[in-house]
Amino acid sequence: MSQTSTTTEHGGPAETARIQGVLLPLEERPTPSGPLSGSITFGWRALLKIKHIPMQLFDVTIFPIMMTVMFTFIFGGAMGAVVSGTGQTGGPAISEYVQFFIPGIFVQTLIMITMYTGVTLNKDISKGIFDRFRSLPVWRPAQLVGALLGDQVRYGLAGSIILAVGFLVGFRPEGGLLGVLAGFALLLVFSFCLSWVWTMVSLLMPSEEAVMGVSMTIIFPLTFASNIFVPTATMPGWLSGIVEANPVSVLVSAVRELMDGVYDPGSIIAVFIYSAVVVAVFAPVSMYLYNRKS
Amino acid sequence: MAESPYAVEAHGLVKSFGNNLAVDGVDLTIPRGGIYGVLGPNGAGKTTVIRMLATLLRPDAGQAQVLGHDIYTAPKAVRERIALTGQFASLDEDLTGMENLILLGRLLGFSKQGARRRGTDLLSAFGLAEAADRQVKKYSGGMRRRLDIAGSLIITPEMMFLDEPTTGIDPRSRNQVWDIIRTLVAGGTTILLTTQYLEEADQLADRIAVIDHGRVIAEGTPGQLKAQVGAGALKVRLADPAQREDAAEILERSLGNQVVREKDSAALTVRLGEGNGATPAMSALEDSGLEVETFSYGQPSLDEVFLALTGKPAQTQNDDAGADSEKVP
Repeated sequence: MSQTSTTTEHGGPAETARIQGVLLPLEERPTPSGPLSGSITFGWRALLKIKHIPMQLFDVTIFPIMMTVMFTFIFGGAMGAVVSGTGQTGGPAISEYVQFFIPGIFVQTLIMITMYTGVTLNKDISKGIFDRFRSLPVWRPAQLVGALLGDQVRYGLAGSIILAVGFLVGFRPEGGLLGVLAGFALLLVFSFCLSWVWTMVSLLMPSEEAVMGVSMTIIFPLTFASNIFVPTATMPGWLSGIVEANPVSVLVSAVRELMDGVYDPGSIIAVFIYSAVVVAVFAPVSMYLYNRKS
Repeated sequence: MAESPYAVEAHGLVKSFGNNLAVDGVDLTIPRGGIYGVLGPNGAGKTTVIRMLATLLRPDAGQAQVLGHDIYTAPKAVRERIALTGQFASLDEDLTGMENLILLGRLLGFSKQGARRRGTDLLSAFGLAEAADRQVKKYSGGMRRRLDIAGSLIITPEMMFLDEPTTGIDPRSRNQVWDIIRTLVAGGTTILLTTQYLEEADQLADRIAVIDHGRVIAEGTPGQLKAQVGAGALKVRLADPAQREDAAEILERSLGNQVVREKDSAALTVRLGEGNGATPAMSALEDSGLEVETFSYGQPSLDEVFLALTGKPAQTQNDDAGADSEKVP
């Protein structure tokens, strides 16, 4: 404090007068922000946090690179033989597998990253600022919606990294840039909706570790029991039925199609229906918990 | 709607967390204007009461109106009129001081420029202009507390809740916070502050509710609370410490009460009995020729009040252990 007190006097009549001078007359109060501007303001806060703690981008930069490179070169040679149907392993198989696998790992990595939304929120709730926000005359969901909007930037960054790495290892989607962007947009919509699940988890769990643990338990079966790594045709019949109903599989199929330049309204609508159901269930539950949180 | 003459009218507030009955039927009637102190030890339920009144926590039972608005049916109207400064700095530690104020300003409806201007004004009024672009986590405890209060003044609240505003900060910063609080009251804001420091309640509050185990065990002005405990005490300081024993003997004889020898080797304190003035004792001292440097006749301290009301001593300023025990999950 010594550094400030050298130039500014604290306490005493001088400070009293200064503080009296900045008190805002009642009639000059603005109208509190509405739902949209409130959410955007909270989104801005999330971006400021990225600016101040760039380390928190670690999970959205290094992790995707690791996943993409690792799966491509470790499994690619073997899996490519299956995916291509030629039975040929090694280099050419890797290339075959990359075309199949990159849209999948793109979805998997982003879904895994959405989990950090819950971890971040849980950290926020344990701090005094949470009470401050809730005591403001602002649309209450704004804090949650804003955080999710800010996270879209993180998802966007992570997704771009995966696609760039994918391109480096030989991913050449037939749908071109437009197809890739369409797939990206669809994934962002789903990620935004899925984040509400983690929002709920973060409001229920007492600590970051607990949030992480529960989220992992949901994410692992959700992403591995899917068509991300292997086509469902290779699975036993009872399992392929389950896997095909998995929303992640539906999403991955739609993203693959879009990136291949196939625009099938059925697949896209299926993703929208899943997304809408997730939000319709988890957003109200989250808000209920948020309002009651002690 | 007719303006309610009360800032807070609460009846029978109850809140429990699991098996822990944190607040057990609290009634509060707080007039507008001035400072109302809620005094109690850690875990007494002070924070829970404030959180219910600030619409952060739903009571299990009871009614409350804040500034004439019901906390159940009109929480938004309550939030538009209050500001809350929590026990732990209600700030985003990762952001700078300025960003914190802009964030709150934007949420409260200022334009981008307006919020920045308001932030600049508040930071300089609170002597934080130089720290504007520093992350809050690098602020000292006193600076955080000032920024926290500045954040509550982006729009002037009609009522401000201050939860243990001086817990964990140094005495100099504490005096600054006291000055700020008095300034706000002069500006017309009603202040509800909780504290575990008797001195703070005594110094600041116009009225005090003493809370223990979730119940209000006493309420009134500091003077009324002291009067409940009985008569005051006479404090004498001698010019020459060597004469203390002589003086003690005279006081004991004249007042009939045990004399307490203070740490200060020249000072003595003696309790006065009911209806027992200090004048005869002072005359006796004077007649004896002992030189008295200063004397004061004081009402009992709130420490004594607390002891009398709860049967246990209150916390002292140094006893911060477990200051967060009241933050219930």
